[in-house]
Amino acid sequence: MEKQMMYIFPNKIKKIAIAFMIVGFFGLAYGFLSAPKTIEESKAMIEANHVDHHGAEHDEDNLKSYGTSTISEGSKNHHNDELYSNLDTNPNNTETHNEGHGDAHDKHVFHQLANKPWAAFYVSAFFFFMVSLGVLAFYAIQRASQAGWSPVLFRVMEGITAYILPGGIIVLVILFLSSLHLNHLFIWMDPEVVAHDKLIAGKTGYLNTPFFLARAIFFLGGWSLYRFFSRKFSLAQDNASDISNHKKNFRISAAFLVFYIVTESIMSWDWIMSVDPHWFSTLFGWYVFASMFVSGITAIALITIYLKSNGYLEFVNDSHIHDLGKFMFGISIFWTYLWFSQFMLIWYSNIPEEVTYFISRIEDYNLPFFGMLVMNFIFPLLILMNSDYKRINYFIVMAGIVIILGHYMDVFNMIMPSAVGDKWFIGVPEIGGFLFFLGLFVFIVFKELTKAPLLTTGDPYVQESKNFHY
Amino acid sequence: MSSNRFIHALYDDDDTLLKAVKNIRSENYDIEEVYTPFPVHGLDKALGLEETRISIMAFIYGCLGLIIAVVMMNFIMIQDWPQNIGGKPSFSYLENMPAFVPIMFEMTVFFAAHLMVITFYLRSKLWPFKKAENPNPLTTDDKFLVEIELSDNEKGLTSLLKKSGAIEVSVIEKSE
Repeated sequence: MEKQMMYIFPNKIKKIAIAFMIVGFFGLAYGFLSAPKTIEESKAMIEANHVDHHGAEHDEDNLKSYGTSTISEGSKNHHNDELYSNLDTNPNNTETHNEGHGDAHDKHVFHQLANKPWAAFYVSAFFFFMVSLGVLAFYAIQRASQAGWSPVLFRVMEGITAYILPGGIIVLVILFLSSLHLNHLFIWMDPEVVAHDKLIAGKTGYLNTPFFLARAIFFLGGWSLYRFFSRKFSLAQDNASDISNHKKNFRISAAFLVFYIVTESIMSWDWIMSVDPHWFSTLFGWYVFASMFVSGITAIALITIYLKSNGYLEFVNDSHIHDLGKFMFGISIFWTYLWFSQFMLIWYSNIPEEVTYFISRIEDYNLPFFGMLVMNFIFPLLILMNSDYKRINYFIVMAGIVIILGHYMDVFNMIMPSAVGDKWFIGVPEIGGFLFFLGLFVFIVFKELTKAPLLTTGDPYVQESKNFHY
Repeated sequence: MSSNRFIHALYDDDDTLLKAVKNIRSENYDIEEVYTPFPVHGLDKALGLEETRISIMAFIYGCLGLIIAVVMMNFIMIQDWPQNIGGKPSFSYLENMPAFVPIMFEMTVFFAAHLMVITFYLRSKLWPFKKAENPNPLTTDDKFLVEIELSDNEKGLTSLLKKSGAIEVSVIEKSE
């Protein structure tokens, strides 16, 4: 066994990570401070924005509220009973109808604006947590399948999964604060909404705050527990004389995968789908899984290439990068397949409850919605199709950055439309949130990398993995 | 100048074969053909074979399938017999496209896959009931065979092959 070089967290990266966190923190703080505190403030903000084309804007609003998008807005207006009558009215009536709705509309806009920094915070918190959880699933698959190519990457994966507990706790805290009604991300947590909404009232057996938080704690506990023991056995295997730790890791990984695919699905309904409590999609769990899986694999590739370019991971060769590239390519297409499966069925059946989800995204989020498709599908498809390109670090890094940003946009598109409606903007709080969690992620991951040798020397497949060539 | 005498070297291990092939080529002998019971990783590179162009053909065939799918569905669903399916009247290909994507995808795959196989058969001169060209039936079981054309170097080549791990070296004559 050769002497292992330990990773040293470079001061430069540490400083950049901390700078990102500080800048991001101020960005988020600015977002929270500039969000309206009262309905009057929010009205004043809207007036200021629309001062010269107010009339035209208003007409457009009226027309829109006559269309199907009213359903999602209506549900948040707490006037669900009127919603259905609204659908029956003809356009001439909506004018008077909306007058009566003025107060509710103002309240609704206030909620959207007040939600904005929270949603920006939540999207980034969830996104980086999701990257880490995706890596944990990938890691467990390598362990359970006894893969021969990947053991040289185990320590990188273990570094990334270190973020699960801190990142997950932040997400949990946001969920908990939401349940205290500090924001309006999850409208079903508001008893007033439930009282006026038959559809949500019918779901209270499942969608209620205590059960919701208990589930979240249970999921995060399970994932962290697997991560803890898997890391423990992995470290113990380094200096072991037999492979009992490896076998234990194999067993808990197989068990974890069963636990994971169930809990990941439920987590995606709870944490994401329930921001739109009327809408549902049966493949949503898979869809979120594909998103986290591909961003996780991309994160592994990017960090591996970064470490390698700094003289570490000398045992990782082009073929390992090539394989990660294949996964990035394949799972990007898998994601698109699920995206399209979800989209086409809902588009085709055209059921109001379901199709509003896509109408609001296509109308109000046209650029991020279709831009995300370009970033997550067309770009990786064209860049990573060629076998030789997958062996060139430059291409992997370029495709990887686009995939990471694209899947951030994916989460953005999942949360924002129901949280802030058409009041979205990628501004200071959104970028601040991204930078804050990027800094935190880099800090925790690289800190963890310094704690153990970068090669799992005791792994029975490590030699095969080192010799791996294509 | 081409003779019709060939030397056949039999190997019983793919790693040995791979090393032997590299060895033989470094001694400037031209390998005619290698027969293996299964694909050996890296053998094409060791033999210095040109990279296959089938992937380019696959892309072209896929594009062909895609175009045929679009033209076909545009004729059937839009031009010839437009129907109102699920409240979505078929007046425009573009507006109804989500419904056509699965067929477009399947036709792309179908054309690429089938035409690739047919191309491969044509290029390899394979057809049904063709008599096998395989010189030794052991290469369909667990042995590997290297065929080299002989000129006047029989002795040197035989010893080289023996040294490289061949379990059996024989000279055969082919009648063209």
